[in-house]
Amino acid sequence: MSADYAHQRLGQTEKEHIARAVSSTRVRIVLALGPATAIGGIAWAFLQPWRLTLLHPYGQGFWWLFAEPPLYVVLVGVLFRLLIAPGLVEDMEETD
Amino acid sequence: MIVAGIEPKAEMVHWWFATGILILGLLLVAEVVVGPEVWGRRPWRRYLWPGLCFLLGVLMWPVMALYTNSMIHMVAHGSWAQVLMLTGGAELGVVRGKLHSQYWRLTSVVALLVSGTAFLVHEQNGWYFARAAFLHHALGWTLIVAAVFPLAQAVRPRSVVAASGFALTFLVIAVLLFCDRDSAAIFGHFSTFAGVPHR
Repeated sequence: MSADYAHQRLGQTEKEHIARAVSSTRVRIVLALGPATAIGGIAWAFLQPWRLTLLHPYGQGFWWLFAEPPLYVVLVGVLFRLLIAPGLVEDMEETD
Repeated sequence: MIVAGIEPKAEMVHWWFATGILILGLLLVAEVVVGPEVWGRRPWRRYLWPGLCFLLGVLMWPVMALYTNSMIHMVAHGSWAQVLMLTGGAELGVVRGKLHSQYWRLTSVVALLVSGTAFLVHEQNGWYFARAAFLHHALGWTLIVAAVFPLAQAVRPRSVVAASGFALTFLVIAVLLFCDRDSAAIFGHFSTFAGVPHR
């Protein structure tokens, strides 16, 4: 193996390694987006429990029982993780 | 009067739109992270955010028609409905391949500028009148300043900074809308003319 070829191969391997690391970081970010959102919703529910009328439902009208903003945030995070993230990760891995 | 009795409170409507805008923001952030090539690998995914944007515009019409407490609110809600549908429609045309110019992204600039101006114009009270007033001012200026991101995207469509800024704008808007209350204090300030304060 000539020194030039060996150097070239080393460069290619290094580039592949960097590309894989970047892709892996992206996969982690995409997989973390949903849970991070859901954790935000849970933290909000703990900080302002009165926003969840389901915790004290007596005497509440329909709309107050339907409007549970911290739960909406959790739901968005869970749905993103279940419906959007897996396909994105699959496509990123196929592209690599 | 009957409608006023059964319709949800304005703050609830703000939370529902906040949820829609949060979804929009997450989709845009994900697109920035994976890149447009990976995002476009499944055709249905390309239609997600423009379709949702268009849907939010359609859903804004009942808000305009039912929340008729003032003329200026109706005009503001109507203008949001129109610009959301304009942006969603233009982006749908681009992803479908019917529209080709990168300058269609300028519809988002128009949407952000019109929305921001509508927020500022229809809020008659000062920043510290109540939380709703503060949020209207904050939302208005956020939208107007954020118009720079789609403007940059129209000129440089592959700019990651512009795409990130555009995506994060929606997350900020969602947070601000989720903070809304019909009458509540803001940083300890609450006008005596703002009604009964809530938490």
